[in-house]
Formats: sequence, C-alpha cells, structure tokens
Amino acid sequence: MEQLLQHLLNGLLLGATYSLLGIGLTLVFGLMNVVNFAHGEFYTLGAYAVFAALVGASVSFFVAIPLAIAVGAALGALCERVLLRPLRDESIDTVMLVMIGLWIAMQNAELLGWGGVAKSVGTPFSTQPVVLGHVSVSPLRIFVFVVSAAFIVGAHLLLARTKLGRAMRATFQDRETAALMGVSIERIHTITFAFGAGLAAAAGALLGPVFLLYPSMGDLASLKAFSVVILGGLGNFAGAALGGIVLGVAEELGAGYVSSGYRDAVGFVIIVAVLLLRPSGLFARAERVG
Amino acid sequence: MRRLGLGALLAVCATAPLWVWNPYHLHTLIMAGIFAVLALSLNLLLGYTGQLSLGHAAFFGIGAYATGLLTVKLEWSPWIGLLAATALPALAGWVIGRLALKLRGAYFVLLTISFAGVISLVSVNWMDLTNGPLGLPGVPPVELAVPGLPALSLRTKGAYYYLVLATVVASYLFCLALIRSRIGRALVALRENETLAVSVGIDGTHYLVLAAVISAGMAGLGGGLYAHYTRFVSPEVFLFSYTVTMVIMVVAGGKGTLTGPIVGAVIFTVLPEALRELTSWQWQMLLYGILLIAVLFFMPRGIVPTLEARWRRP
Repeated sequence: MEQLLQHLLNGLLLGATYSLLGIGLTLVFGLMNVVNFAHGEFYTLGAYAVFAALVGASVSFFVAIPLAIAVGAALGALCERVLLRPLRDESIDTVMLVMIGLWIAMQNAELLGWGGVAKSVGTPFSTQPVVLGHVSVSPLRIFVFVVSAAFIVGAHLLLARTKLGRAMRATFQDRETAALMGVSIERIHTITFAFGAGLAAAAGALLGPVFLLYPSMGDLASLKAFSVVILGGLGNFAGAALGGIVLGVAEELGAGYVSSGYRDAVGFVIIVAVLLLRPSGLFARAERVG
Repeated sequence: MRRLGLGALLAVCATAPLWVWNPYHLHTLIMAGIFAVLALSLNLLLGYTGQLSLGHAAFFGIGAYATGLLTVKLEWSPWIGLLAATALPALAGWVIGRLALKLRGAYFVLLTISFAGVISLVSVNWMDLTNGPLGLPGVPPVELAVPGLPALSLRTKGAYYYLVLATVVASYLFCLALIRSRIGRALVALRENETLAVSVGIDGTHYLVLAAVISAGMAGLGGGLYAHYTRFVSPEVFLFSYTVTMVIMVVAGGKGTLTGPIVGAVIFTVLPEALRELTSWQWQMLLYGILLIAVLFFMPRGIVPTLEARWRRP
C-alpha cells in the first residue's frame, strides 16, 4: 500500500513535467498545424542552457531557469522565421520533413557542442528527502512540480484570458479575418512557435537537474510529449495537461510492478493503443485533424 | 543512347569487384547496395502512397534478427534465414498496415515510430531470445550450393557484392513491375486524391496494406543481407539513424521515382565515406539534417526528377 502511494506520488510529480512538455507541442500542432518533431530538441536546449548558465556564468539556479526559457523561445522564433515562414502554404507533410531535418541537425549540433558524456546539474536543493507519513520525496521534485504547474496554469491563462491569446486563437481559426481585425499575422505565428519552444525549454530546464543531461535526451522527451498529446487529443490543451499526469502515473506503475526495462515502452504503447482505439484522444469532445 | 547508357552502367556495376581493389571501397559499394534496397522499400510507402514510415528500421532490424536467430540458434540454412527475413517483417508490415488503416499523415508517422520503439526495447530486454545488448555473434556466411559442384561460400566481399547487386536489380525490377501494374496505378491514385480514388471503386485499405507488406518485406530482406554481411546482429540495427538515412536517400534522390532512391542510396553511402577522413560521424548527421532541409527548400522533388527536367529542357 505504501509502495503504491509512493508510485502514485512519483507519477504525479513526473506527470506534471510531461504535461508541460505536452502543452507546448499540442499548442503548436493545434494552432499552427505544424507537427514539431524538433520539440524534444528545445527541451534538450533548455537543459543544456541551465547547465551552461550555472557552470559558465555561475549564476543562481533560479536565474538560470528563466534564462534557459528565453534561449529556447528565441531559437524557436528564429526557426519559425527562417524555416516555417517560407513554407506557410506548403503541405503539412513537407513541413513535417523539414522539422525532422531540424530535429536531426539540432541533436547532432548538441552532440558536437557538448560531447556524448552525460552531465549532471547541481541545484541549491537538499538531497535529503522530505518524509510525509509513509512516502518521501526530494525537495527538488516538489519545486519542479510546483513550477511546472504554475507554467501550465500561466499558459492557459495567457491563451484564454489575454488579448495576445485571443489574437493567437483568432489567427489560426481564420487568418484573413484576423488580419482584417488588425492582428499582425506574421508576428503571431512567430510568437506561437516561440511560445511552444519556450515551454519545451522550460521543461528541459526543470527536468535536466532531476535526470542527467545527454545530447539525445530530447528523443525520449519528444516521445513523452507525443504520447501526452495523443492521449489528450491533438490541439487539446486541457487534455494534454491531464494526459501528462496519466502518462506519469502509468510509467511509474509500469516500472514498479512490471519491469523497469520497459518503462519507456509505456509511452509507445499508449500512442499505439489510443491511436487505434480512440484516435481523438481520451478527453476529446471534438478536435481538429491535421 | 539511353539503352547504351544503361548497358554501360550495368557493365560497370557487374565488373566492379574486378577493378575495385581496395576492400574498403568494395565494402562501401556493398553498403550502398543494401541501402538501395532499403530506400526502394521506403519509397514504396513514402513515394507511392504518400505515407511516411519513421519505423522502417524496425522492419530492417526484424529481418536481421530473423535470419540471425534461425541461423545461429537453430543452425538453419542462410537461404531459409533470408526467406524468413523477408516473410517475418512482411507479416509485421501487414499488422502495422491493418492497424494504421484509418491513420494518415502525422498519425501514421507516430504509429510507426512507436512500433519501432517497442520492438527496439524488446530486442534489448528479451535477453533469452536476443542476448540483449550483447547481440548475436557468428551469423554464418551465405553459401551457394549448386548440385554437382562444391558449395561456394559467399564469404568474400567480391562474392557478396554480386549477391547484393542481384538483390538490388531484382528489387528494382520488382518495383518497376509493381508500379506499372494495376496496383501501382491504384497507389498513385490514392496518393493524389484518396476520396476520388475510393469513389471510383479502388479499395484504399487493401492497397495501402499491400504496399506496407511489400515495403516491410523488402526492408527485412535488406536487414537479412546486412546480417549475413556483417555476421553480427545487435539492437543497433534498430537505431533511428538507419531510418533517418533511408528517409534522406528517398527524399533527396527523388521520392515517387525508381531511380531516385537508388541514386540517393549511392550518394549518401559514398559521400559520408568520402568525408570520413575530414569529419566525424556527428558532423555527418548534422549535415544530413541540414541537407534534408535544404533539399526540401530548393529541390523539393529530389535530385533525379530535377536533373531529368533540366536535361529535357536545355
């Protein structure tokens, strides 16, 4: 029983970061109709940016995280301007192949820049776990959970409540009408992609210190993000947030009770099962199909 | 003129082991041949049905393991192994094709990635069957036994080159016949406009599954050839970089053509080997990524169709 509680707690903590990964991806897909296969690379970028800021510039951990997000968002904006803008009217498949190219290029650039040896990031948090009744949890994991949740809520509020969020939703619903209403279409495209990339970088900045940093870490992150997005239904924000928790808990239970070797298979199995049985996602009412 | 060129090309290919003295260069040619089979196989799906499989390394790997396990653990003949290396992935392709019936575009891509991911994890974790990360050493060489003559082992690079060349030619001719048949026309019709094609009575499901089965079988055969060439099978055959390489060969060479993937396979096997002295493997993969983007931007139809168009219109 205690073991089960511990698994559930770990799953919840892990799941929140998966949600954070997922909402960035689902946003870019749902709004821009771009399948961002490079999503995991922005996650890697965020993690390495924290590492660089801590080691290279020796800033505080709490400054390094916003810095990493800024780097991710800036590179996202650049990618949108250079790669996506010229292809705006191309088919979704061409754009998908371009994003695959970006994925490969970014990952190997990281490999060249940082080398293949895994790195670890030190944090100001104590490694002594906090014991709550029958379960224990490290302070860092609590911090990561709280910040992830804050980002998710913040992103939701930005999309649902602000003028910028409304402009984003309007642009991708009907480009011409939005332009007629005075929305700067080009700017919104750039901002949306940068937003998605920034969220991925945030997830990387937060999870990097929990795990180890290595250049291909983004592949697993992409996998989790896609599982989450498919669970929640493509373009479904709330679905992705919930989907992250489901994936986190499912992985913890799978690793705890089945086999830890197959932990990462949980995401694949979820993708296959959901695509086959309920392609619109578990929490979908109606969704866009790309 | 065209016939002359084709004859010359065939003569050059057929005599290569006689004048390519450097075993390393011959090795590069063999790998180019194996990748040509893989690229032709991926092209059937990506080029003719328009569906991108990012799990093709799985079919390649299943093929390699099928023949590896049969010949190492059961000591069966490599020929039966190669047959199984085609049949088993084809079966997997049928399953994937059936499952992916209603999925198109990004959903199909994700399903194939996930399939490859699961298979790759199984190959690492199912120690009893696959030896896990240690792999299967000692895959036997292919032997050619003609009745009445002593068995001829295709152990040497020169001999193996001919086996690979024969497979490439056979694959090419098979694809050519397929594309020119009713099936090929149905596939192209489905790619261009699925709704219209289905409305005139083309059974979309049937043809897409068929394309997946054939494509997977060919990729598996490529895996089988690879296993008997390197004489070793490990979970590395499932590496995503194999899939990436196939995609680049097809897209850069010219998807939806039959010469394109072969040209792509030769370019992208010879080029990295030529650059090996200058750059590391990471640089090559970085270059691959950039090249894929560049081709899509500047030569979206691929090298072969672009050059052909230029020749016709001087």
